[in-house]
Amino acid sequence: MSNEIIIQGPNVAHTIEGATEHHGHEHHEQHFIWKYIFSQDHKVIGKQFLVTGIIWAIIGALFSVFFRLQLGFPDSTFPIMEKFLGEWAKGGKLSPEFYYALITMHGTILVFFVLTAGLSGTFANILIPLQIGARDMASPFMNMLSYWFFFLASVFMFISLFVETGPASGGWTTYPPLSALKEASIGSGVGMDLWLIGMALFVISSLLGGLNYITTILNMRTKGMTMTRLPLTIWALFFTAVLGVLSFPVLFSGVVLLIFDRNFGTSFYLSEIFIGGKALPHIGGSAILYQHLFWFLGHPEVYIIMLPGMGMASEILSNNSRKPIFGYFAMVISLIGITVLAFLVWAHHMFVTGMSPFLGSIFVLLTLLIAVPSAVKVFNWLTTIWRGNIRFSVGMLFALGFVSMFISGGLTGIFLGNSALDIHLHDTYFVVAHFHIVMGVSAFFGMFAGVYHWFPKMFGRFMNNTLGYIHFFVTFAGAYLIFWPMHYEGIAGMPRRYYDYSAWESFKQFQNLNAFISIVAIVVFFAQLLFVLNFFTSIWRGRKVTVQNPWGSPTLEWTTPIRPGHGNWVGEIPEVHRWAYDYKDDGNGNDFIPQTTPLRPGEEAH
Amino acid sequence: MSGFITIALIILVFIIIYQIGKASEYAGVIRGEEKVKAQTNRTIGWLLLAFFILGLYGIWVCHQLLKDKMLPESASVEGVNYDSMFSATMWVTGIVFFATQALLFWFAFRYQSTEKRKPYFLAHNNKLELIWTTIPAIAMAALVAVGLRNWMNITSEAPKNSQVVEIVGKQFNWLIRYPGKDGVLGKRDFRNIDDANNILGLDWKDKDNQDDIIVQNGELHLIIGRPVKLIIGSRDVIHDVGLAHFRFKMDAVPGIVTTLWFTPKYTSEQMKKMTGNPDFVYEISCDQMCGKGHYSMRGTVIVQTQAEYDTWMASQPSYYSGNNPDAKTTAPAADAKPQQKTDSVKAITMK
Repeated sequence: MSNEIIIQGPNVAHTIEGATEHHGHEHHEQHFIWKYIFSQDHKVIGKQFLVTGIIWAIIGALFSVFFRLQLGFPDSTFPIMEKFLGEWAKGGKLSPEFYYALITMHGTILVFFVLTAGLSGTFANILIPLQIGARDMASPFMNMLSYWFFFLASVFMFISLFVETGPASGGWTTYPPLSALKEASIGSGVGMDLWLIGMALFVISSLLGGLNYITTILNMRTKGMTMTRLPLTIWALFFTAVLGVLSFPVLFSGVVLLIFDRNFGTSFYLSEIFIGGKALPHIGGSAILYQHLFWFLGHPEVYIIMLPGMGMASEILSNNSRKPIFGYFAMVISLIGITVLAFLVWAHHMFVTGMSPFLGSIFVLLTLLIAVPSAVKVFNWLTTIWRGNIRFSVGMLFALGFVSMFISGGLTGIFLGNSALDIHLHDTYFVVAHFHIVMGVSAFFGMFAGVYHWFPKMFGRFMNNTLGYIHFFVTFAGAYLIFWPMHYEGIAGMPRRYYDYSAWESFKQFQNLNAFISIVAIVVFFAQLLFVLNFFTSIWRGRKVTVQNPWGSPTLEWTTPIRPGHGNWVGEIPEVHRWAYDYKDDGNGNDFIPQTTPLRPGEEAH
Repeated sequence: MSGFITIALIILVFIIIYQIGKASEYAGVIRGEEKVKAQTNRTIGWLLLAFFILGLYGIWVCHQLLKDKMLPESASVEGVNYDSMFSATMWVTGIVFFATQALLFWFAFRYQSTEKRKPYFLAHNNKLELIWTTIPAIAMAALVAVGLRNWMNITSEAPKNSQVVEIVGKQFNWLIRYPGKDGVLGKRDFRNIDDANNILGLDWKDKDNQDDIIVQNGELHLIIGRPVKLIIGSRDVIHDVGLAHFRFKMDAVPGIVTTLWFTPKYTSEQMKKMTGNPDFVYEISCDQMCGKGHYSMRGTVIVQTQAEYDTWMASQPSYYSGNNPDAKTTAPAADAKPQQKTDSVKAITMK
């Protein structure tokens, strides 16, 4: 394939810079800045995404601890909060303005900065070249830009936390007119402008990354690596990138129009508004237009978050069951189905905006259709572990947890996608429970599974298993304890995004439950810090990997040296002869056959 | 000081857990990795099984604790369909939930790694794929059919004899306008709004406005058994009229008129008896984030008998009479002998 050209590139770089481990002592010559900061090595960029994602995740989760304290204990004060938040939590009591800022930033950070950039940024970068057999991405430079645009977006978002009027506080969806008018909300001032600039930069980062992933997968597979021999991780990351490339530009346009409405007097989203004691001149805009533009990204975004986890869970479940993934083609076809349908269901977030009921019914039909490919995936995962020889590595546990959470969260989607039920459940805690389980916890489990599984490849060391098991069971139990009872609150009509429920006759009976949920949430938060501790100490202190292929996996990344340098393989890139899931006796006592092993005489290809 | 101690304690616990983790790693190396691995694997298998059983028990406990805190039966005629559709969907998803979770945990436990076990090489089976593509598709088709039937019903035209009420959201309360005895809501324009004397921007040149009544305390008075059509609007940002007891909600969007109709089934008094809660009240919650006071944007619904409603209505002055100096001459609605059945039979239109 066209790898030869690429091989030239990095290889030339190697000879100049002497970068690979295997040039022995020479590798000190590459300056720290080019090796670790402005690196063009896909593996380093992946780690940069991961570490930035982890930092964001800690911030985002800490925010949830703060607002859960308010929700769980509305009558108490927590002086420690004043230490963190200053004016916003005078006397240890969160102000409503900042409560809304916290939930907004919690959502923005986790959806975009952690579960989009931190998840697909990390694993697309690390896994794509390694698993398809390429030296690096199609454009390592663009890849580096992708990270640095993400970094710049992060800087803007981070600064917005410290401006005097606070960060954006109109919800992570930032619907206008609330987000468009400074008079409507204190957070719709400078904080909102910074949010919009941050998001625009984020879209650029995502596009630069996505185009690279697609190009790399299509053009740079090693000899013999046909599309049908790709591991499912790569298929999933491929469709993730396709979704991002086709939908993020729409969010970009929505964001730009909102910037115009806010600063240049246009009326794209504004019409007939009386606020701050005066009638505004805007007429003829539509607040609903923004929601269409937002959700045209917003829904595919859900799958941008889910698909990498699905791909990694497929890989890890199969590997640790010592069995091929069941129904490889069905898995690929269902990924295609989900990808196509993801673009056709956005308006199910808008059933109660007053849009045409007829249009609504079409979106009901298309939305519930997604249940079919999702169900196929679940049944295939179940059949994959059936009659396996299951090894409970930490990665495997998280993959199993992923499936459990995906089932739980996916099924509640059937309620919400049906408009006649959504008309009651919309914007209640049922929705909060649904999406936190399915695209929050489940996606995080996919990510954790990936981190534990590929950590040896990333750093040449293992993460600590015992800490990993504790992390898994606390998080798994905690997630259900937090979100399961929330469904009840939602069925009782309890609205989301409320600062205090005590004045409501219909909702105040859940006060004890809210306190319980808050306590569990705080425990789970600390369990995540345990993961962070494990992650960072294991980079330097973890048990060293001593064998090339610790998990006994047929895929290509384990044919590289234990600590691969830039360019991944020493010498030739291996040639691929079989699919990625040949978990059968190789005749030498191994229970798998690497993709690089030629077919034996008389053996049939998959 | 207590904060400092808490933090110190947390850090201590972290160090201890970390040390345990490290120690177990070294112990594993000493005792022989393979043996430890096999033993850990067995332990985890049991833990997963225990997790599943405890989980089932937890689901049962959770349900026992919370089932009495749920909403009473639907307070609207149309909401009854919601309730039955909800339980149908719950049955379908519930069965799938328990079946798939049970398989997941059972397979994980049953097929945990042992020395002897040989994994069964099974790559694909088109018959199985076909089965579990078709069955969900059929189930979904059934749910879609029920859903769309209900959806068409609730989004259809409101019945001709509906009471018409306008409800307008603003930061952070609800303004409710009744059409008065002419049964017609007059024109309004956001440019006429004045918080002092024209809170909804009524057009005084439009005679239909003169008997319109605006209630500013968020009380929505409805009549039992009489369909009500809500004309929903917003003065500033997007709000949402949330009527949990009636199983409805609809956004209030500035610049756009949305509508919603339903038929109240129980009066507020009946509901107090049914729930056994003397403080029971139908509440209108704002369900679309609208700013810092979102959580306090509360209205109430008071469902009454026709007679009670008429008495209440008769005591309400028209907004015009209270806010225009020349109103005395034009006979405010309150003074006019209310031709009882305030706005009943006549077909009501919104200008």
